[in-house]
Amino acid sequence: MKYKDYYATLGLERNATAEEIKKSYRKLARKYHPDVSKEPDGEEKFKEVAEAYETLKDKDKRVAYDQLGSHQPGQDFRPTPDWEKAHGSPDFSFDGIDLSDLFSAFSGSRQRTGRNGAKAAIPGQDYEANAQISLEEAYRGTELELNLNVPEYDESGFPRRVQRTIKARIPKGATDGLRLRLSGKGGKGLNGGRDGNLYINITLHPHPLFRVSSHDLFLDLPLTPWEAVLGATVQVPTLGGKVRLKVPPGTRSGQQLRIAGRGLPKPHEGAGDLFAIMQIVVPPMPDEQERTLFKALADISTFNPREYLDRS
Amino acid sequence: MQIEQTEGFWLHERYEFSLAELADLSGLPEVDLREWVDEGVLMPTNTQAPQWSFGLDRLVTVQLACRLRKDFELEPHGVALVVTLLERIHALESEVRDLQAKLPRVLR
Repeated sequence: MKYKDYYATLGLERNATAEEIKKSYRKLARKYHPDVSKEPDGEEKFKEVAEAYETLKDKDKRVAYDQLGSHQPGQDFRPTPDWEKAHGSPDFSFDGIDLSDLFSAFSGSRQRTGRNGAKAAIPGQDYEANAQISLEEAYRGTELELNLNVPEYDESGFPRRVQRTIKARIPKGATDGLRLRLSGKGGKGLNGGRDGNLYINITLHPHPLFRVSSHDLFLDLPLTPWEAVLGATVQVPTLGGKVRLKVPPGTRSGQQLRIAGRGLPKPHEGAGDLFAIMQIVVPPMPDEQERTLFKALADISTFNPREYLDRS
Repeated sequence: MQIEQTEGFWLHERYEFSLAELADLSGLPEVDLREWVDEGVLMPTNTQAPQWSFGLDRLVTVQLACRLRKDFELEPHGVALVVTLLERIHALESEVRDLQAKLPRVLR
């Protein structure tokens, strides 16, 4: 088992008071809690801080932790026989567990047995995981392989770290920020309690062409000036293959043309739309003939796009 | 090592569930959930009906409220205030993302 210095994690001396422990935890929780903080690695740091606080805020656990002695963080150690006698249980094994498991078992094993000795049903813990998928995977549905290193509890309520691999089918309907529930894939329930669920937070990889807003997609569609003026039928890429889009004559830059149902499929029914944003692009290096034609157009056209500026 | 196969289910507002199911999924007693409804942390889709229904996305809010209550040791009113503010931030962030998606890029 690797040693963790819970006092150092909270930025405290070993003789810190309960009030100091609480104050330091609250300060660090506000800084790192993933729900309120944008700190990089905030989630990992918050877990360390919360684990330290969970043990040090409880008088009995703190005494047990202090009696483990002081070691270098990360150093392998084993509780002394005296410690095991004072705080352990005959059927508890210290192999393959984390320091946090030790202290959750410390209180857990007591809670798991009711007053009359009957074991209370305890539902399994819910787990959360993050997964990033491509837009194409969101469109088609996909399968994810998740590797979890989680504590599992034996019949006496003692933990053991296990490696679990879960292959999850991600149905169509994903978009950025949507969550998925994998029923019964959280921690195992104890004494007849139901198994926990696994929740996955989905994020989408940025796509080179499409931008996502809920289940709608946005695509920049370049047009030549003459296509914009005269109208044209152009090919547009979609996640389901190319479609032909009729651009009406007199199309302006920035105008959006909706291609219904060509966005991301929605979880319940239907699909979002694809919006093509018209962008009029001029030839960067017109050749001599093109220049002549544009010049001829300039000479005969009476169109003045800045008329409204002159009026004011 | 054993590989477990499973099918995912979206937590989307269009799917609904009851207070009892919400209590079961969140691991919270119904009385706590009723308190959070009173505090405005979560709203049923049918406030007037005898049996409340909730959009399945509310489970995400309940889980957020649970984390805030536990990790910041907050009272129900404090939970309601933080959830309201966080949901406003999420709505604004999502509006910014939508506007960015609609903004044409500079083409070369």
